[in-house]
Amino acid sequence: MTDPVLVRPYGDRRDDGVVQLSFVLPLPAGERARAAAAEVARQLGLSGVQLAAMEPAAEGYTFFVLYGRTAAAVDAAALEVPEVAAHRHGFDELNEIARREVGRRIVVLGACTGSDAHAVGIDAIMNMKGYAGDYGLERYPVFEAVNLGAQVENAALARACVERRADAVLVSQVVTQRDVHRENARQLIDELERLGARGRVIAVLGGPRIDHRLALELGYDAGFGAGTRPSEVAGWIVGEVLRRMGKSLH
Amino acid sequence: MLLPDGRTVPDLRLDPGVVGRCRELAGRVADQVLASVQRRTTVSIERAVLRLLGFHAAGPGGIPHVNLMVDQLHARGLLGRGAAWWLGYALRHGAHDPDRIVGLFAGLPREPPPLPAAEEAALRDEVRREARAAAGELRRRVAERDALKAELGTAPRPHKYLIVATGNVWDDVEQARAAAQAGADVIAVIRSTAQSLLDYVPDGATTEGYGGTWATQENFRILREALDQESRRLGRYLHLTNYSSGLCMSEIAFAAAWERLDMLLNDAMYGILFRDINMRRTLCDQHFSRRICAFAGIVINTGEDNYITTADADEAAHTVIASHFVNEGLARRAGLPDRLVGLGHSFEIDPAREDTIVREVAQALLVRTLFPEAPIKYMPPTKHKQGDIFFSHAYDVMADVVARLTGQSIQLLGMMTEAMHNPLLMDRYVALKSADYVYRAWKGMAGEILFREGGAVERRAGAVLGAARELLEEVARDGLPAAIGRGRFGDVARSETGGKGLSGVVERAPDYFNPFLEILEAP
Repeated sequence: MTDPVLVRPYGDRRDDGVVQLSFVLPLPAGERARAAAAEVARQLGLSGVQLAAMEPAAEGYTFFVLYGRTAAAVDAAALEVPEVAAHRHGFDELNEIARREVGRRIVVLGACTGSDAHAVGIDAIMNMKGYAGDYGLERYPVFEAVNLGAQVENAALARACVERRADAVLVSQVVTQRDVHRENARQLIDELERLGARGRVIAVLGGPRIDHRLALELGYDAGFGAGTRPSEVAGWIVGEVLRRMGKSLH
Repeated sequence: MLLPDGRTVPDLRLDPGVVGRCRELAGRVADQVLASVQRRTTVSIERAVLRLLGFHAAGPGGIPHVNLMVDQLHARGLLGRGAAWWLGYALRHGAHDPDRIVGLFAGLPREPPPLPAAEEAALRDEVRREARAAAGELRRRVAERDALKAELGTAPRPHKYLIVATGNVWDDVEQARAAAQAGADVIAVIRSTAQSLLDYVPDGATTEGYGGTWATQENFRILREALDQESRRLGRYLHLTNYSSGLCMSEIAFAAAWERLDMLLNDAMYGILFRDINMRRTLCDQHFSRRICAFAGIVINTGEDNYITTADADEAAHTVIASHFVNEGLARRAGLPDRLVGLGHSFEIDPAREDTIVREVAQALLVRTLFPEAPIKYMPPTKHKQGDIFFSHAYDVMADVVARLTGQSIQLLGMMTEAMHNPLLMDRYVALKSADYVYRAWKGMAGEILFREGGAVERRAGAVLGAARELLEEVARDGLPAAIGRGRFGDVARSETGGKGLSGVVERAPDYFNPFLEILEAP
């Protein structure tokens, strides 16, 4: 067995453990606030704390920027990380594979659900135009992609999945204040189960505060976070449809 | 070009024939809309009338009295005569408190017999007196706001507009004060995310909201009171804004006017396109709400920035301009002078492309030049923001530079943590500090710059204006509903009879009575 390889934050030399940090303390700026900020950093486990900036951000509130060294060291290889299996295929290639192997159009519904009115995420993935030069699902001939927009009720979305015989449903959750996204995301899964359709629909969750682990925890099949390109989602869906057909996407 | 506030911006040569044609076409569009608006009323307009007549509170279960009253009238098909008429009817039958009025409305037949002419006249006179008294009180409250503004003065333009969105009105007060102390000129309290689709205005002080704080009359009062105090302490008038949008545009406009707010988000098409609210409903509601804004001297902010968060900012630039002309035309027809028409747009071209600043400057200067009197509101980038806060900060600063250079009037400051979470106290602080630096550093520079004749900025502005004219030709020919039906604005298509809230639209009866409209429409 080989020794674990530990990694540490890297500032300008390997393993120096340098991290940068900024926060506000509800104290007026001054020596006491400076000492308090340094102590916060020490309690976070930082040593060699350097206070780069202390500025009054409002009356009774002070903004700090500081640096310190952490002793934290991680064996990255030993971590258990659920990862969305990535299939990297070009636009034409993916369409061709899906046309040949699936043999029909894959129905994908997308929505921003519950009270969430922020359609920017689902739009980026679904809309023809796509995001950062990467075409959205509507542009793929192999997908029958329908973007239902914002504030779609979970019950209505579940019904739409059944009525349109959706292969996959994409749910975007942007508003995460007081964890409203968790309850809301779970509700769709409950609704699908109530209709006996959960097993037939691939459920995908996305949003700036979503990751694959959280999505699995909430009962979804995959989760995509900030910076996800439409082609990643497209590739994953085609792969999952094939997997369920007993095939695989290479 | 010299702006009314004394700033100079680089001249932008435009074809005056094209500009004039755009305004003429938009005026035609606005006239078509107005003709349809004047045939109808909505449950929200009628509730706003009753609010103006003094019914501000809610009953058990938090249902506003005005909803209970209007629902009874609407269920009986009686709303076409106007809620004010029926209130007069109730008053003359001895019903004064909300419960008794609702009870009386619930007992009305579907076709009540006509009143004798003398009684009819007396009823209308009585309600008109009430309306005049209420309008007088509203005018007094607005004058109080204007006096404080005149006494303390406001900061130089652009006004720095900061968002607060904790969900809890008391936390909003803290955050608003902190933002003001750090230099904010305008505080916007973002609404709870689902509110636009509620067909009532929640009641009282609220401490739970999602992605924002419920817009209620009491929350408005609390924030305005805090900002009045803070304005006096800082010796600088602080503006407060909220959202007159969704299904309750008119009622929010009333609550904001009554509680002395300074600005309101209010767009003729935003609800239709981005909240799927029925077209007829929104077009009626925007008109009445703007009448209230005109009466109360409230600056409206339009929402064209949203078009280019869905459509591509490069390709859809002309839709923003075309919509500005339409919003201007509709606003003027609701009695708003140009100084209250805060047309909105934004810095949204994909930063991964080349030469974006030429096109951002051309667009921002085009808007500024076309609408010189309007307090233009400029929004920061949001669509292409990602989690790298350091890049985001640089990106926002670039928008600050363009805003200062092109003489924008109100600038919403971008947050480095956009797309991650609601602004933290330090996010606002850093945004304000940087904006102050940009405004200070660029103070006289805008007056020194001349853009090359026939150069890239001028060509781009001319091309966008030309494309806006073509779109307006289409809209004027086919009508606004048809253009929206084809997805001409924001890449979103809506039908005239689709969307939410159509059931709350009512044809006005020949004897429709709305004493506030009479006052608001008086020249």
